[in-house]
Amino acid sequence: MEATQTKSTILSIHNLVIKFKLRGKVLTAIRDISLNLYKGESLAIVGESGSGKSVLVKSIMGLLDKNGFIDHGAIIYNDEDLAHFQTEKDWLKIRGKEVAMVTQDPMTSLNPLKTVGKQIEECVILHQGLRGKAAYEKTLQYLKDVGIYDVEKRYKQYPHEFSGGMRQRIVIAIAIACKPKILICDEPTTALDVTIQAQILQLLKNLQQQYGLTTIYITHDLGVVAKVADRIAVMYAGEIIEVGQSHEVFFNGKHPYTWALLSSLPQLGTKGEELYSIKGTPPNLFKDIKGDAFAPRNPYALNIDYEERPPFFKVSETHYAKTWLLHPKAPKVEPPHNLQAFFEEGRHYTYE
Amino acid sequence: MSNKEVLLEVKNLNVVFGKGKSKFQAIDNVSFQIYKGETFGLVGESGSGKTTIGRSIMRINEITDGEILFHGKPINGKIAKDWDREITQKIQMIFQDPMASLNERAKVDYIISEGLINIKKYKDKNSRSQKVRNTLLEVGLLPEFASRFPHEFSGGQRQRIGIARALVMEPEFIIADEPISALDVSIRAQVLNLLSNLQKQNDLTYLFIAHDLSIVRFITDRTAVIYKGKIVELAETDKLFSKPIHPYTRALLSAVPEPNPVKEQEKVIEIYDPTQHNYEADPPSFIEIEEGHFVLANEEEMIRYRIMLKIGV
Repeated sequence: MEATQTKSTILSIHNLVIKFKLRGKVLTAIRDISLNLYKGESLAIVGESGSGKSVLVKSIMGLLDKNGFIDHGAIIYNDEDLAHFQTEKDWLKIRGKEVAMVTQDPMTSLNPLKTVGKQIEECVILHQGLRGKAAYEKTLQYLKDVGIYDVEKRYKQYPHEFSGGMRQRIVIAIAIACKPKILICDEPTTALDVTIQAQILQLLKNLQQQYGLTTIYITHDLGVVAKVADRIAVMYAGEIIEVGQSHEVFFNGKHPYTWALLSSLPQLGTKGEELYSIKGTPPNLFKDIKGDAFAPRNPYALNIDYEERPPFFKVSETHYAKTWLLHPKAPKVEPPHNLQAFFEEGRHYTYE
Repeated sequence: MSNKEVLLEVKNLNVVFGKGKSKFQAIDNVSFQIYKGETFGLVGESGSGKTTIGRSIMRINEITDGEILFHGKPINGKIAKDWDREITQKIQMIFQDPMASLNERAKVDYIISEGLINIKKYKDKNSRSQKVRNTLLEVGLLPEFASRFPHEFSGGQRQRIGIARALVMEPEFIIADEPISALDVSIRAQVLNLLSNLQKQNDLTYLFIAHDLSIVRFITDRTAVIYKGKIVELAETDKLFSKPIHPYTRALLSAVPEPNPVKEQEKVIEIYDPTQHNYEADPPSFIEIEEGHFVLANEEEMIRYRIMLKIGV
């Protein structure tokens, strides 16, 4: 735990607000997010679709859609504010070289007309300045690093000759070949089978150590999060509602939305009984949200939740949650019954 | 278990795609029984043939060899016209991707009632649309939605339309092919609950095809694990998860991520090596190792598995 505290901040986001113009209306996708990313850690951003997790990381790479803009706030990296970058030329200093991304679907993120070797070598040439034989050798090295055998033959093959898992390895090799400091993995294993998923996650963990990367995972699968993350940020309706060390969020979650997410896991359900499901739908982001965005779906909502937006309450040095339930004057609320047993078991593991 | 009524039986099913050199054996001598009222899970990785089995039962794919019996009567090959019509109605399917499986140009009313028109059960339009409205209510949608188009709905709602389309035919047996893998986490629970409620109310039997084992564990009564067109293990779900025997099942189970960061980060994943079997000299067969627990093994492996089961590894 202390290791993270002493580590230096590599990227920090301050009061970020991102809006989109859509059919004459304005949609607020990110509502006032502040977040620090520490060097060498792996942070998982969790949330349902539409919670803004992809928009958040896209803004770090300058990949927002044309109708999206940063309304407010700062993204500080290397003493530069990325939020003020306007031109592609500015972004090219960051993209690939500093921050690289592994996307969800390996079928669509590779060029079908080029051999995989050439696609990796392109990055080696561009970002590492190697030429000819040196670039070729380096490419083969990357192929080996991501666990591909028979690399000379594989170098000359096209993406369609690879299986889904192997293609995702190629995508990872391309990202690594840029020599980034930060690696963003946007749902890296959603399109893959469980067995392959486990292998890819292990590979990403190994590469993180080998190359000293800082990684951000975006996912909605809490099992994946448990496997890879040091820290977790839970997002709902464009804001981070809880952030903490992995075991703190899993076993001592404080926000009712975190409870709801955990409760809806089939692993926690009892067979033959109803599985917990979150009632209602996420709020309309075109409208201004008053109070806590989760309040209308929250069985534990207090009156103040509909009136005023909760600030971050401190649970521990590393663990914060945005819920009025943590206010000293709030009534004592226990997490749902099935979660209490899960929390209890988890704490057992943590302190053993 | 043996006194239960068998609703569907698959006997020595073989499906081969292609001919001559490009021949591919998708399903290799698969047999299993599904009892009335249960949820039978079929798990395996992509390309293992789980969907092909589902499609063979739906009679979308032709079978090369073997038999599929529904209520003890064959449903493949040359069958009487009445029986053919009855099966079409009694066996229904729910598809994976609710975006792709609904006709974008048709209104919900037509999507759901198309099957009814085909079986000519509800002759006039009014009784048909009444039936559609009732079914919509049953899956938790409003009857007004009948006049809308699929693009007006969210993923979860569309999947409900897909379920209504199957349900309107008053089936006995539903094949659900990865019905929730395309849905968001928070909606998955809703659709799972809906499926199990409908099962209770309408006395349905499910064949649940999935690759997400945490969901299979939650919803199914019995599970078959399929690997490269062969069922390698079949047992009651609880037994399969607590006492997996076949090395492939063990590898598959070890790969399922658990929502526990401490356990998960220390876990060692077993990797299945298909070359470990010595099947050339001693071919395997599908043997019942304990009551209701079948595993694909040869003689030598069987002895080993029996010991494993006894000492409980």
